[in-house]
Amino acid sequence: MSFLIDLGWSALGLAVMFLALSVIVLSMVWLERKTLGRLQRRYGPTRTGMFGLMQPIADAVKLIIKEDIIPEDSEKAIFWIAPVIVVVSAFIIWVTIPGGDNAVVRNLPLGLFYIVAFAVIGILGLVLAGWGSANKYGIMGGLRSAAQLISYEIPVVLVAAAVAILAQSLDMREIVSQQATLPYIALMPLGFVVFFIAGLAEVGRTPFDIYHAESEVVGGPFVEYSGAHWSVFFLAEYINTFAIAALTALLFLGGWGGPALPDVVWFLLKTYAVVLVVFWVRGTFPRLRIDQLMSFAWKVMVPLSFYTVISAAVYRFYEWPWWSLTLMSAAGLAVAGWIIYRRMTAPVRRVAEVRARVAAMRRSS
Amino acid sequence: MSTQPTISPANAAARADSQPVEMLLNMGPQHPSTHGVFRMVLWVDGEKIIDVEPHIGYLHRGSEKLCEGEQYHQIVTLFDRMDYIGNFNNELAYCMAVESLMGVAVPERAEYIRVILCELNRIASHLLYVGTMGLDAGAMTPVMFSFRGRERVQALFEAVSGARMMHNYFRVGGLKEDVPDNFRQLVDELMPLLREDVEQSDRILTFNEIFLSRLKDVSPISADEAIALGLTGPLLRACGYEYDVRKAQPYSVYDRFNFDVPVGLDGDCWDRHWVRVQEMYESLRIVEQAMAQLPDGPVASPLGRRLIRPPAGEVYVRAENPRGEIGVYLVSDGTDKPYRLKVRPPSFCNLSALRRLLRDTWLADSVVVLGSLDIVLGEVDR
Repeated sequence: MSFLIDLGWSALGLAVMFLALSVIVLSMVWLERKTLGRLQRRYGPTRTGMFGLMQPIADAVKLIIKEDIIPEDSEKAIFWIAPVIVVVSAFIIWVTIPGGDNAVVRNLPLGLFYIVAFAVIGILGLVLAGWGSANKYGIMGGLRSAAQLISYEIPVVLVAAAVAILAQSLDMREIVSQQATLPYIALMPLGFVVFFIAGLAEVGRTPFDIYHAESEVVGGPFVEYSGAHWSVFFLAEYINTFAIAALTALLFLGGWGGPALPDVVWFLLKTYAVVLVVFWVRGTFPRLRIDQLMSFAWKVMVPLSFYTVISAAVYRFYEWPWWSLTLMSAAGLAVAGWIIYRRMTAPVRRVAEVRARVAAMRRSS
Repeated sequence: MSTQPTISPANAAARADSQPVEMLLNMGPQHPSTHGVFRMVLWVDGEKIIDVEPHIGYLHRGSEKLCEGEQYHQIVTLFDRMDYIGNFNNELAYCMAVESLMGVAVPERAEYIRVILCELNRIASHLLYVGTMGLDAGAMTPVMFSFRGRERVQALFEAVSGARMMHNYFRVGGLKEDVPDNFRQLVDELMPLLREDVEQSDRILTFNEIFLSRLKDVSPISADEAIALGLTGPLLRACGYEYDVRKAQPYSVYDRFNFDVPVGLDGDCWDRHWVRVQEMYESLRIVEQAMAQLPDGPVASPLGRRLIRPPAGEVYVRAENPRGEIGVYLVSDGTDKPYRLKVRPPSFCNLSALRRLLRDTWLADSVVVLGSLDIVLGEVDR
């Protein structure tokens, strides 16, 4: 009997989670369009309801009533199952991501491990989608996504491990309660930056939107999908973006901790703040090339995440004061940031140098 | 799906290294970043490009042949529709060809208005380039900034000629009619706003670190090779070779203005971008000077609106278009229609370098390189 009651509560929790996530996705679509609009000095949607608030619903209705085209040459079964894999893996990690002290479907003692483990499954769906659609752009996009997501999984996992070392726990609730006095961003600024950037790559957001790059592979794995099938991918992408933002908030920004307001409100405030940064980045940057993306992953992100883990472990082992870790992490961030900045702006300096030389030559002649 | 390769790979060594993963990838004519209806068949090894075969002709309308059936005044509209991003520049090239064949002197005011409109058109064309280059590189915001400026220029063109794109405003020997009375006020209002738009779309893109790493050192080409391939315009200047028809063989009243010809260093994609951006600032300078010097007087052609019959003979005239050097070769047999009219379109000649430029690049570079060529298919196919 108690088993049945348990099952009933779980089902209720899942239903609430599903509804909440759907509303969140709609709000994110609206927020993204509005944010991008304002960044680009235009209004964004205005005609559908007040401030265009009904725009995501109009979009959803349009997508669902569209014809769902399945290409003749596609592997039908794979073509069908791929979006399901992607969307299930997007939803399933939310079972244990808490939105407040009690706002969680099922809190697991190994919650962080569970999230990291199940988030990877989505890659399989993307590769299958590219393969099953019998399209060369799809295959290229699918293989790109496999390379990209697996590479960036490593920094995400390592930084999550560093957080687990600090908190001495994999329980999300415990990790958040450990940050009640001092959020981990103060201890590990480098870890925060690495996690956020790798997270952007993990969900395929600009500047890492390489596997579905519109101007190169025309949507990549999604190129043959239309209508409701495509909207499922879309849904999964937004849920994943929100999940990365939520994890950033939970692991580094103190989760739902904060004065005066209820815990869920604090959680949403922090998560939406991270989401806004994601949109801001999207409105600003071009896209990296796939080889630059991979070398950035293996030459920059992975070493930095190793450094994060080791510094966290050293700090824990020797029981140093808390600011020692901040110093180590901030020093790593400063050095890495300076090197990357020098590397990326090297062409500009070279251009300026040669131009000055040419101008001097002209003057003397 | 067992398509036989229709192209022979240029780099046999690269093929031998990687037998199993090569494939043909058809890009276009409906690919979002082939700038119209261009199609290229890429021979790729994973993400590496081995060879490319361009296919053109999807927008072929036989413009040159059509010219033979039209009277001289009617041909201006056909030139509008060749390079449909640089309409005024195209009209100017044609009108200059007929004028030099007939030996007509154009009224001074008409020359100044032509230059002002052509330079504004150059800015509008380069703004379109900057926006689409941003899109090709994956940035979605520059296109919004640059199209705002383009829109402002087009509003001015509409006030002047009545049309936003296919103006049909220049006439052999002059202009269709004088500019509106408030032309000076319109331009004065436009200039600061346009400069702001140019600066904005420049600042958000040109020195962005990711944009730099995407474009710098991608498909560099030396000046010698560029000349051998027949590249002109910003593509040639990006190689460090200072060649601009406006300076080398000044036409219209270009010799009366003080402006620089920006040149690049390495001839790579970023230099091409930089040269175009700098050209916009130079064009703004030219427009300001031309507005200051703009004389009063007639603009109508001394020929009137009569049917014109140039004397029998032939002429070749060239001009600097936003995309490069346009050449118009005109043969007249003394009737009211040209015997033959051949255009040397800059886009077509620049596009012929594509195969060389795409050597040893990545798939993602192909759209950037094509974007840096800045082709207009209406002109390539004619």
